[in-house]
Amino acid sequence: MGIGMPETTYIEAITQAMAEEMARDERVFLMGEDVGSYGGAFKTSAGLLERFGAERVIDTPISEIAIVGAASGAALMGMRPIAEMQFIDFITCAYDILVNFAATSRYRVGSSCPIVVRGPAGGGVHGGPFHSLNPEAMFMNRPGLKIVYPGTAYDAKGLLKAAIRDDDPVLYIEHKFLYRRIKEDLPQEEFVVPIGKANVRRRGKDLSIITWGAMIYVADEAAEELAKDGVSVEIVDLRSIIPFDEQAILESVAKTNRVIILHEAPLTGGAGAEFAARIAEKAFEYLDAPIKRVASLDVPTPYSPPLEEFYLPNKDKVITAARELLRY
Amino acid sequence: MIACAPNVTESLSREQLLEIDYYLRLTRTLEERLVALFRQAKVIGGLYRSLGQEGESVAAAYALDFKQGDVVQPLIRNLGAILVAGAKPVDIIKQYMAKGDSPTRGRELNIHFGHPARDGFIGQISMLGDMIPVMAGIALAGRMQKKSLVALAFIGDGGSSTGAFYEGMNFASVQRLPLVVVIEDNAYAYSTPIEKQTAARTLADKAYAFGCSAETVDGNDVFAVHRAAKRAIDNARAGGGVTLLEVKTFRMKGHAEHDNQSYVPVEIIDEWRGRDPIERYEQTLIENKIATAEDFEELQKRVRAEVDEATDEAERAPMPRGEEAARGLFAGDGYWDA
Repeated sequence: MGIGMPETTYIEAITQAMAEEMARDERVFLMGEDVGSYGGAFKTSAGLLERFGAERVIDTPISEIAIVGAASGAALMGMRPIAEMQFIDFITCAYDILVNFAATSRYRVGSSCPIVVRGPAGGGVHGGPFHSLNPEAMFMNRPGLKIVYPGTAYDAKGLLKAAIRDDDPVLYIEHKFLYRRIKEDLPQEEFVVPIGKANVRRRGKDLSIITWGAMIYVADEAAEELAKDGVSVEIVDLRSIIPFDEQAILESVAKTNRVIILHEAPLTGGAGAEFAARIAEKAFEYLDAPIKRVASLDVPTPYSPPLEEFYLPNKDKVITAARELLRY
Repeated sequence: MIACAPNVTESLSREQLLEIDYYLRLTRTLEERLVALFRQAKVIGGLYRSLGQEGESVAAAYALDFKQGDVVQPLIRNLGAILVAGAKPVDIIKQYMAKGDSPTRGRELNIHFGHPARDGFIGQISMLGDMIPVMAGIALAGRMQKKSLVALAFIGDGGSSTGAFYEGMNFASVQRLPLVVVIEDNAYAYSTPIEKQTAARTLADKAYAFGCSAETVDGNDVFAVHRAAKRAIDNARAGGGVTLLEVKTFRMKGHAEHDNQSYVPVEIIDEWRGRDPIERYEQTLIENKIATAEDFEELQKRVRAEVDEATDEAERAPMPRGEEAARGLFAGDGYWDA
């Protein structure tokens, strides 16, 4: 587990980030279900128990409230816990203690509660209604929690390191579809990706796609296809949902005058609604067409592949939306 | 120092016994003052009394060793416990009055304040049961940091119905963490009597599910609570794991000042009035010739003066400026550094 490896997968990037931070700072530890001797349900923590010992890689009961609660208590005492949800869906079991206790700790009583809650999110792997959640919007309206959602191996590593070092609680959402499908050459030297900064993934002038997580690849595909028709698409990978890079969104919209917000969570009340509202409030004069959102259907994530494919955003849905905006 | 009857006081010196009495009287006097302020509409939110429960709150916390980094977590009826840990009456009055220089600068209510490492106590949140896993984490951190601290949490008959309570107890027991949970049977959770709260024979029986130690004591007997808490704390510090310590007591007031407790039969209240923990404690000290009525009068004078002074200071304190509400959510804006 050296620092920086060529052809690093998204999941290896996460493992590397944890290992590097645990080596760098003895206050960092991991707790969760099956994270120790089994190495995690997805093998995200493979090798960590052997390297750091059972005191810092703690197998817990099936007990999300205990995991997030104990992590919070330890964080108040100066530790830097990483609390793993085996699937991010199960954070709903600990929603209360995360939003009411950890997230409010600084604002209410001035106590720093630097926990990272992380776990696999997202669809496309036929996980069904309880193993496919994209939870970001559930937490956006509960102030005190930072939310990041990397789509690349580089960001997966750099944002996790930033999250572990952050003095406030961070919900780190990792997309399980990307775990072994995404491979990148990562820098040999250490790097951190700052929370709150978007990445303009593709420069363009005709249309902006504001997106994050696994949807950046859907945006890529759509942009390639549209380029064949001479349409130049800009892709803004937000990476951080709270705090989000409002300036990057507004600058892109000011440049292209047309915007699609693309996310994998259901449409209604999704994070895209907030970004659309900001654009409407602050960049209305720049818009040449209505703000368009492409998102999943307003239903739980269905299991069967034809159903899930229909449910999720895809290249064609984005292209249809783009053409509508370009015709407007 | 006077040698004390061992069956009554065990290892406590006369000074310590009088110190306990000081905290008992301080708790009651401070709450009485808060009632007066509440009636003058100077307390902004609700006011919750611990009348009848001061004994177990003070006695359990007094068994901790704050010099070793021990941490106590109260619920709303354990004001006495945080006074023992070092919370200042003026801060508590400021909290109730929502003052700008209260420990939480007006953001939080009553005794929802305190930092476990800095203060030796941590305020609860209102979602009952949540503090048990948090206290387990404090105990876990203590162990990882090679401290020999013990965490002591209070929970009630109502709070112990929550899932968070079970998850926290289970995790702490599996990890054999140095955690003592004082579970108060005070007969009512708001208006709900204990028989509608649980079918368990006693609250201590819940320990069977966790495989931890358990004990039940008379919660209005200061000596009994102190002895049992000390045993549990010593055991936890020695690596013996979790104890669930049930204290049988009674809530002598309604849930809060607005609640006249009409659902509680008067005979039961009268019966428990005869078991007042402070009167019983002082009577025992007198009978064992450890203290005299004059000693208690002296203590009461001191307590009254402290509460008077704290009240004056709190009343003079400013309210927060409205615009402060926008600050201090995340590190980096410097709000809490100033």
